[in-house]
Amino acid sequence: MPHLDTGDTAWVLCSSALVLLMTPGLAFFYGGMVRSKSVLNMLMMSILTIGIVTPLWVLYGFSLSFGTSSHASWIIGDFSQLGLSNTLNLGAINGGDYPIPLLVFAAFQLMFAVITPALISGAIADRVKFSAWAVFVALWVAICYFPVAHWVFGFGDANGNGAGFLAHWGVIDFAGGTAVHVDAGAAGLALAIVLGKRIGWPRDPMRPHNVPFVMLGAALLWFGWFGFNAGSALGANGLAAMAFMNTQVATATAMLGWLIVEKFRDGHATTLGAASGAVTGLVAITPSCSAVTPMGAIFLGLIAGAICAYTVGLKYKFGFDDSLDVVGVHLVGGAFGSVAIGFLAAPSSAAGATGLLYGGGQVGLQLLGKQTTAVLVVGTFSFVVAFIIGKLIDMTMGFRISEEDELTGIDQTEHAETGYELHQGFGGTRTSTAAATDTSDMESVDA
Amino acid sequence: MKLVTAVIKPHKLEDVRAALETFGVTGMPVTEASGYGRQKGHTEVYRGAEYDISLIPKVRLEIVIQDDEVADIVGVITKSAHTGRIGDGKVWVSPIESVLRIRTGDKDTDAV
Repeated sequence: MPHLDTGDTAWVLCSSALVLLMTPGLAFFYGGMVRSKSVLNMLMMSILTIGIVTPLWVLYGFSLSFGTSSHASWIIGDFSQLGLSNTLNLGAINGGDYPIPLLVFAAFQLMFAVITPALISGAIADRVKFSAWAVFVALWVAICYFPVAHWVFGFGDANGNGAGFLAHWGVIDFAGGTAVHVDAGAAGLALAIVLGKRIGWPRDPMRPHNVPFVMLGAALLWFGWFGFNAGSALGANGLAAMAFMNTQVATATAMLGWLIVEKFRDGHATTLGAASGAVTGLVAITPSCSAVTPMGAIFLGLIAGAICAYTVGLKYKFGFDDSLDVVGVHLVGGAFGSVAIGFLAAPSSAAGATGLLYGGGQVGLQLLGKQTTAVLVVGTFSFVVAFIIGKLIDMTMGFRISEEDELTGIDQTEHAETGYELHQGFGGTRTSTAAATDTSDMESVDA
Repeated sequence: MKLVTAVIKPHKLEDVRAALETFGVTGMPVTEASGYGRQKGHTEVYRGAEYDISLIPKVRLEIVIQDDEVADIVGVITKSAHTGRIGDGKVWVSPIESVLRIRTGDKDTDAV
């Protein structure tokens, strides 16, 4: 093992745990927004990605994304790290040497691979066969996420050989505005189109059944996001500090931006709006937290929050049932944050690029072009891959539950559970098979 | 025997219950109900999408009493549940055929 920095290692380990917490956080953020008859399914769609993506990451995901042997190309990693067996005593390499174990880097990036497909689930709430979702997650991360992570996050070996083409080209995406959020948002849009609307949408009210859950989930996301962004520095240093502060600032102002729009447009600043605005800010600052100043982050967040407060309404105009606004928040927020770097990148920031508003001129214009191209490339690729996988699943095993099951409620029909038992005495009785194997409770009551 | 059913605003429940207790009513089942009358519903906004929520939360009380108490009981409920604003609710009275107390087996007027 090469020289390790214990401080850096400790920070990235903690960050990995923080990023893992975002997936259950997302589960509650989404779970509160659906109707009470589908809360468990919504939680489970997120939680399942931890189960599926983790072993895939060990088997080949990390290698395909971050393998740095001479076989690594501009489009995908290699097979040098299959099973993570060669990572055990190495230091992390990603366009340079980091004084942390490669396994820590692998664990940190695993959490990104887990939450990205989980983000997609919000677009297709209440209506998806759980088995089909499992198959989709396994296929989509392999065909879409692992390559895209290589394109954006893969900086190759210590000399930059085998770097992903977007990273090599100089696209700035510090923690995944394109690789995570545009990626998931475009896939969400594709699946919302493949699967079609929920029965009754948009005529029937489908109110969030538990807004406190949404706020709880947003709070967990906000907390975990410090690992996501500041952890992406891969060290406990000034870069991490800048990412940390910008994350806090943009999230705060995005929440304000969303609430201001609501107050003037709808007459009320809502709880759901505060939670949504905060998440929008987190999404928008993800690519840009190394490239803007805290002053820049104030504006970036404020504008992102205000924009997304409007873009969540687009689904009603275009008629696609992106149930929990994965497109309006993640695709739009991720794209905005990525493109905004072309304007707001500050020479005094860690990334050191110069955007148009800082007098970037020709260089700034080039940066804007690269950022926009990255958004379009990743978005288009993800949309096409998700659309094709979605269609194939729909034609073979079927992607949607039956109409009757959807009306009854997906918790009951897919999971054989009910989210809330609020009445004493409505618990039912045990079935004859269960009662036959264990009658001790009944006997003790009778005695 | 009569059954007095009252549907009232939830925040008036404690006033009504206390008034009935003072008058000598010793107990009643209370259920949460949803409904609407002339009050209609209200509007809620989620991410800019407005919903008309037609059903409003109400509380429903059921009191079984002797025939000669009807006018007084209805009066007590009406007075204590009254706010003068739309949505105060309704009280109605219906005849009861028989009543039985499960624990003791008391019947009809003894069971009320």
